[in-house]
Amino acid sequence: MTVETLGRPRRKSGGAFPFQSLLWRVPWLRPALLLVPPLAWFVLIYLAALVLLLITAFWTIDTFTTKIIQVWNLDNFRIILTDPAYRLIIGRTVILAALVTITDAVIAFPFAYYMARVATRRVQTILFAAVLLPLWASYLARVYAWILILNHSGVLNWSLQSIGLPPANIGYTNVAMWVVFSYIWLPFMIIPCYAALERVPDSLLEAAADLGARRWRTVRDVVLPLALPGVAAGSIFTFSLTLGDYITPILVGGAGSSFIGNVVYTNVGIANNVPFAAALATIPVAIMAVYLLAARRLGAFEAL
Amino acid sequence: MEGFWTRMALRAWTVLILLFLFIPILLIFYYAFNTSNIESWPIRGLTLKWFSATWNDPEVRTALVLSIQAGLGATAIALVLGSCAAFAIHRLTFFGRDAVSLLFVLPLALPGIITGMSLRSFYNFNSVDLSIWTIVIGHATFCIVVVYNNVLARLRRTQGSLIEAAMDLGANGFQTFRDITLPLISTAVVAGGMLAFALSFDEVIVTTFTAGAQNTLPLWIFGAIRLGQRLPEVNVVVSFVILVTIIPVVIAARLTGGGGAARVQAAR
Amino acid sequence: MKGLDAKPVHWLRLATTAAAALMVVTACGSTTTAGVTTQQPPTANMKPQTTIGTGEGALNLIAWEGYVDPSWKDQFQKDTGCTVNAKYAGSSDEMVTLMAGGGGGQWDMVSASGDADLRLIYGGDVKPMNPDLVPDFKNFQTYFQTPPYNTINGTHYGISLQWGPNTLLYNKAKFTTAPTSWSVLYDPQYKGLVTVPNNPIQIADAALYLSKKDPSLKITDPYELTQKQFDATVALLKQQRPLVKKYWDLASDEISLFENGDAMVGAAWPYQTNTLQADGKVQVADTIPSEGATGWGDTWMLATKAPHPNCAYLWTKYVSTAHVQAQQAISFGETPVNTKACAEMESLQAGSCAQYHADAPGSYFQTIKFWKTPIATCPDGSQSCIPYAQWVTAWTSITA
Repeated sequence: MTVETLGRPRRKSGGAFPFQSLLWRVPWLRPALLLVPPLAWFVLIYLAALVLLLITAFWTIDTFTTKIIQVWNLDNFRIILTDPAYRLIIGRTVILAALVTITDAVIAFPFAYYMARVATRRVQTILFAAVLLPLWASYLARVYAWILILNHSGVLNWSLQSIGLPPANIGYTNVAMWVVFSYIWLPFMIIPCYAALERVPDSLLEAAADLGARRWRTVRDVVLPLALPGVAAGSIFTFSLTLGDYITPILVGGAGSSFIGNVVYTNVGIANNVPFAAALATIPVAIMAVYLLAARRLGAFEAL
Repeated sequence: MEGFWTRMALRAWTVLILLFLFIPILLIFYYAFNTSNIESWPIRGLTLKWFSATWNDPEVRTALVLSIQAGLGATAIALVLGSCAAFAIHRLTFFGRDAVSLLFVLPLALPGIITGMSLRSFYNFNSVDLSIWTIVIGHATFCIVVVYNNVLARLRRTQGSLIEAAMDLGANGFQTFRDITLPLISTAVVAGGMLAFALSFDEVIVTTFTAGAQNTLPLWIFGAIRLGQRLPEVNVVVSFVILVTIIPVVIAARLTGGGGAARVQAAR
Repeated sequence: MKGLDAKPVHWLRLATTAAAALMVVTACGSTTTAGVTTQQPPTANMKPQTTIGTGEGALNLIAWEGYVDPSWKDQFQKDTGCTVNAKYAGSSDEMVTLMAGGGGGQWDMVSASGDADLRLIYGGDVKPMNPDLVPDFKNFQTYFQTPPYNTINGTHYGISLQWGPNTLLYNKAKFTTAPTSWSVLYDPQYKGLVTVPNNPIQIADAALYLSKKDPSLKITDPYELTQKQFDATVALLKQQRPLVKKYWDLASDEISLFENGDAMVGAAWPYQTNTLQADGKVQVADTIPSEGATGWGDTWMLATKAPHPNCAYLWTKYVSTAHVQAQQAISFGETPVNTKACAEMESLQAGSCAQYHADAPGSYFQTIKFWKTPIATCPDGSQSCIPYAQWVTAWTSITA
């Protein structure tokens, strides 16, 4: 029920506040007017840009001057679907994105649980600030610091060797990328999980206890289902951010670490083959569309 | 509710994860003092020379200023449009509302390279020259989403009865908004704005595509990184940014870190 | 200097004519006739300015990593008041892309290599420059005053800058004597220790190696490969793939790889060698193996829509002086085009003039296969060679 029906302008219509009475008489007018500017922005700029990109995917370029030739064809898609290199790259990207999402969910959940349900108010604030602060330390600088940790004579190997273990040598591999991605996106998973866990009312937990449920049962049957939207919301970020990234593979990846983002970037920023890059970009868009539908069913959109 | 050992385990895990989050940042601080301009472990010597070098570097200053300007511009647009959108979606039920909700989530859900690429093509198509405004437009697009999410989440948790009560007591639309609604959502707006600014300030992928010859701080950092000879300057700048933002972040955390449904003070 | 005056390199001129032929074909959409006319570049009729006016206070450059070093940039800024803003690109393709649309009204100059120059010129992205405004131009080696990759029909589309080879960089701890062949990059005993650039033009380097290793393939020009030669080269690169630790995109990638012991040998620019040697943690050196090397000849080109043309000319004037040419040559590790730079180099770093062949470049020049864009026209005139677009797709499947 909208709240507008209860407003009561005292002035007669047609008097000093005709607009206000119009707003009262047509209750959905005010929200509709509020919706127009943001909607206009999104449709006229963002959506238009996306549609333009999609259209470009059906064109080609002159290979010497790299100017776009507006001739409709499906060549770009044919190449992507037939050349096994692209299947390999897409598969690698999706698998790593899924792996990073699962890892972050596993890492973040106990942390968020502690923050939301065990920590005192002051500790909560400190922890929340601690989770937000890394977002202000440049993404690039943090990834670069990981090169320092993971490379052949880096912090990790040095630490392992100083306690007598063999070196890990995971620098410039997909394992390194998995670690770095999990690190970088962790705050984006912690925050929605924490918000969701915080909203679980104590009364429900007390009720469960009253009904005889032990701790783990309560967690499994009451807390987890209620926190799931938060996890799903966080997973949207971790999955999508990993899916489209190209900078971490350039810095931390090795041979055989190319992501969809790398090939797209190479085609846009280097080869200037925008149509091909656009065609390739439809793959992550399609993947995210499916992912968003699934996440919405889990209630992620309310937990963003 | 949780047992002693569970609490201990959770506490240990939290400390571990905090270490995980902050060790790279500590390394950034440490290597701001590196005598060598290539980063390698262990550090071979400490020096303060990079601080003065960075302070005197006009490129850093220009990039920092541009980042702040772009961030403020994008955040301002986002605050207005994001809040409007949140109010509208909260109050309206119409055919296609789900589609519109989905549209508003897209900029964060789709990879940044797609947003960047499509905006770049859009600008080329419309013969728009790249400038700070194209950067701001690109940033604003996902900043709107951040503010929208925060405000909408808060609106969903506020009790409609408060608004109705205010109206019953004789307040008109504007008074209700100013005295009841605004205080209730203010912390969500501020938190959304700060998060939006943070995302814009550190954004590199969309900016790569929407910037012309301008350098925001992340673009400058990427340029310095690829040279391989100015890493310590990057570390100095990043350390500076972290130190400067500790206070605002703590404030933001106070505003929202407690900010779940239970903390709507006015409702109690 | 001898070999350069007498014999402008034949294949470069052929490439220019072939490129021009391609432009005719593309423009007219019909098959070309036997007598090829050299198509005029789109900006050919733009008369360059005759004087340098006051500086506009800013300059936006697209450059190779290391080309806008503070050691000479700072003095320029002080002298002219033009604040330099440099964007670094790691490949010619990237430069062409950034310059698309005449620099988009954003960029003033680009330090493009030979393979990018023609594409920029024929794409209308750069406009003619006036060498009279560059006093040191008369001191340039004659060849580099009008090289075919930046001078068309007597019109200068840029001012030559420096040139140099892609080198073989190696860790002296692992290789006590300098490797004599590029074969070390393809040798399984160095598995996981090799690094090469992530650039499709790298196929030419492999082709160059293959031209000596397998003469039956009859590869004469590593940039013009028939299907059979191309397939053999791609096969070699796919064999190399398991040996490669990382395909480096950024110069700093390779610097980190060597500094931290992740790579011991790789294809590099002298810039990486100099940076690592200056740092001193790992002992490295570079060399040009017996098969020769690919290389680049760089030109500062002026964007068609340059917003700061006066600062651009001031910069060109500045970097053409003997002193700055020497500074850049030593800093990056390349050969200057200004004949007077040799003496300056010696005063800055003894032995550098000989090290970078600034004094006797003729024979050295012949060993370098300069970058150029592969096109379908083969050296023998047939249209069966592999154009660059296929190089890009092949490279993606090699490095996937």
